[in-house]
Amino acid sequence: MGRKYRSSGRVKIKHNDMVVRTVINAAGREVPLEINGQPVIPFEGVGKHKPDGMKYGPPIPVCSDYPDDGNKVVRSLEEALRRCGLRDGMTVSTHHHLRDGDLVSNKVFEVASGMGVRDLVWFPSASFPCNEEVIKYLDDGTVNRIEGSMNGPLGRYVSEGRMKGTAVLRSHGGRVQAIQDGEVKIDIAVLAAPSADKFGNARGTGGPSACGVLGYARADFLYASRVIIVTDNLVDLPCFPMEIEGNYVDYVVVVDKIGIPEKIVSGTTRVTKSPDRLLIAEFTASFLDKSGILKDGITMQAGAGGTSLAIAVFVHEMLKARNWKAKFGFGGSTKYMVEMLEQGQMGYILDAQAFDLDAVASVERNDNHIPYPVFNAYNYHSKGNLTSMMDIMILGATEVDVNFNANVVTHSDGCLLHGIGGWQNCLHARNVILPLPLFRDRIPVIVDEVTTLCGPGELIDVIITERGIAINPLRKDLLESIEGSGLPVKTIGELKDEAERICGKPAKPEFTDDIVAVVKWVDGTVIDVVRKVKQS
Amino acid sequence: MESRIARAGNAGPKVRSDCEIILELKERGGIEIELDSKVKSLYGESIRNLVNEILSFYSIRHASVILNDSGALPFVIAARAEAAIKQLKNTDLEYLPDFLSNNSYMVKRDRFRFARLYLPGNTPSLMINAGLHGADSIILDLEDSVAPDRKDEARILVRNALRQVDFYGAERMVRINQGERGQKDIKGILPHNVHLILIPKCESEGQVRNIDQEIQAMGRSLNLKSQVYLMPIIESAQGVENAYTIATSSKNIVAMAIGLEDFTADLGVHRTKEGKESFYARTRLVVASKAAGIQPIDSVFSDVADMEGLRANVRESKALGFEGMGCIHPRQVRVIRQGYAPDESEIEKSKQIVLAFRKAREKGLGVVALGSRMIDPPVVARAGRIIDLAVSLGLLQSGWEESTDLQEE
Repeated sequence: MGRKYRSSGRVKIKHNDMVVRTVINAAGREVPLEINGQPVIPFEGVGKHKPDGMKYGPPIPVCSDYPDDGNKVVRSLEEALRRCGLRDGMTVSTHHHLRDGDLVSNKVFEVASGMGVRDLVWFPSASFPCNEEVIKYLDDGTVNRIEGSMNGPLGRYVSEGRMKGTAVLRSHGGRVQAIQDGEVKIDIAVLAAPSADKFGNARGTGGPSACGVLGYARADFLYASRVIIVTDNLVDLPCFPMEIEGNYVDYVVVVDKIGIPEKIVSGTTRVTKSPDRLLIAEFTASFLDKSGILKDGITMQAGAGGTSLAIAVFVHEMLKARNWKAKFGFGGSTKYMVEMLEQGQMGYILDAQAFDLDAVASVERNDNHIPYPVFNAYNYHSKGNLTSMMDIMILGATEVDVNFNANVVTHSDGCLLHGIGGWQNCLHARNVILPLPLFRDRIPVIVDEVTTLCGPGELIDVIITERGIAINPLRKDLLESIEGSGLPVKTIGELKDEAERICGKPAKPEFTDDIVAVVKWVDGTVIDVVRKVKQS
Repeated sequence: MESRIARAGNAGPKVRSDCEIILELKERGGIEIELDSKVKSLYGESIRNLVNEILSFYSIRHASVILNDSGALPFVIAARAEAAIKQLKNTDLEYLPDFLSNNSYMVKRDRFRFARLYLPGNTPSLMINAGLHGADSIILDLEDSVAPDRKDEARILVRNALRQVDFYGAERMVRINQGERGQKDIKGILPHNVHLILIPKCESEGQVRNIDQEIQAMGRSLNLKSQVYLMPIIESAQGVENAYTIATSSKNIVAMAIGLEDFTADLGVHRTKEGKESFYARTRLVVASKAAGIQPIDSVFSDVADMEGLRANVRESKALGFEGMGCIHPRQVRVIRQGYAPDESEIEKSKQIVLAFRKAREKGLGVVALGSRMIDPPVVARAGRIIDLAVSLGLLQSGWEESTDLQEE
């Protein structure tokens, strides 16, 4: 494996204070050859790493082990976990469709802790501030590490080097790839379901904790050795249309509440009111227009942040004014996308998650609002990627550097702040556009070099700030298309200088040698690491 | 015993881009700085260095400083530190941040002033991006938007903003306080390329003359290259009655505005959206301004959420003869600019005047005529500005001359 890389020395990684060999990967970052005792492949460049071998397969089940009447309901989560054979060192997965209202994942570790199980690996599709409670189980040894997105208090915990194992950060698509390729073997998937029947068929709609869709759970139920459904809304068989099929499910647990409804989806997502962000949104809309990217039949994705929503509204107005229609939009869906759909400016919403109540309602109401799991959309080790078919991709970042490399996981102070989400996967779209403020309070967003590399600059096309638009020099076509448009085009270096002129040149955060997290690229290779911050 | 502790600036969960400094002068022990900042890991050292430099600039060798920072830019930190020091030390020394070279531009007296964006003089977060929203002018306000006990620190902050914040070509205006405080304001801000001073609650020509003389005298001693323009704001019945004499009280007056909140209060009536109660005052102000050859400017529209109401308000204001309006939110800028922008017939007329002017010049004629009418030079100049504006607003393609014929009557 070391054949392609320059050896760079030996660095301590958190897991058991092990010392491992590191190399410089194709992005120029120092990464280890081993994480949590398993070998890993350093990033080789975009589209360079070709896997060999077969996909992973879970153990073969047999019907005779399951009740003939199809009733898989057991009394409690603890009983389900026991029957699934929960023991030390296992990998337990959960999904994040209940978002910040999730009451299930914390419960898993509370139960496991009570059972005296140790060194579990938690493998969520994302974590939220409500999961701060897991710190307790990291501290008491129930959980060894988290492989998944980390934000807020969990991020700080990891950045301070307090987690025993090394965190592994993956994109949504990278998570599917890791499961499919057998890089992560899920022993038990505990999947919260707003509606389920006793056989384990489940869906994201109906009941008090409706979240719309359950797309992130697909890889989990297909590949996990054992699957537990946890619901607060047991319905008559069949729970239709099911997103999780009962044939893959071991046990069903019925509880009082799986989530706090008002925290599962934001009641409404709102367009930003900040005049500065609206300005960025206007520049973005104007850029889409004047560059000729916006046209009849486009495909697009925009997130749920206030600026993205404003862009969606402006795009909607432009489509309407010209009698154009977007072929489809890929969700996270919001009420603004639903408006496009219902007013005839969008053919379909393909949806991995519903961000607000309007979107949840639309999934039930509109035939052309289609649950479409990231499993199909984002997995790089599959026969095609939905994101590479998208014309317009609006994304965020915490930092972008003068080579258009971007960071989404750490803050400029070096602390883990966000998960990757679908961000890396979306970089494969035709036009990747990052509308960003030039600085946040005093913190510059455009910098010399990103603190953590999450996305290579070659995939990032346009940075749109309130003080100017920078186009990646690789996109000569875009540069030509907006010549004479009157848009404030600058080089990314000029933007960086302007940020530093206003804010002052920031000091670099200080790190120790300890690696506390690794960032995977969409193909499972290691693109960068996060080191323990030096406490001041 | 005199106070040894001073406090300047703002802190709290909702405050952004500002800081609070609590300064205590001591007899011994050197300088102690306690810094709480969310940008500590990136700028902690540079913040400490800046504070140390300022303290030493004012020859303070022993002090304890508590600095609660929410991402304040250096010019803000410097202003807050200076304000705190000046509460404890009687000094005229000014700690001036560099004057940004982009900020040395001048403006012409007859430029358009459709949309002027008000910025509260003690709120740095609203200043930093103010120049980005396309306002013709920005107004750093030291008067009504600043609490009485914060006037001194606001003056220092505004001064530093004039030096350090890039307003991207907007006309740089300051609204000063009345009376003695106003004199202090002029003294504090004039050397920093202020283009125009707004005189609030103006009721008499004497008021304008005093301020004008002060500015002239100070301008001479500072060797200011450009003229500082004036804009009186009429906010009382007395002011309305004296509108014409005020408008003609100085050649440096370029515009006159009406402030309807105070005016309606003075009349003892409610301000309504229809504005019947102020109709006379508004038309009087327009007529007086036009007679004096200056721009009449309308009062702000205070419901920032009601864009349709604003649009209607601007339409009516333009119909009355007003040539601009104050903005209290950046989102109002575009609506106001579009509202006062020239309409089709004005653009058409301006095109004809510009073409007639060019033709006269080609023929070497000293007089511009459109058909049988003579056109005065100021009218030609205004037509030229309308054309430039129409092009900048996308109402007219550049190169329009190719497709336009001069209509000979």
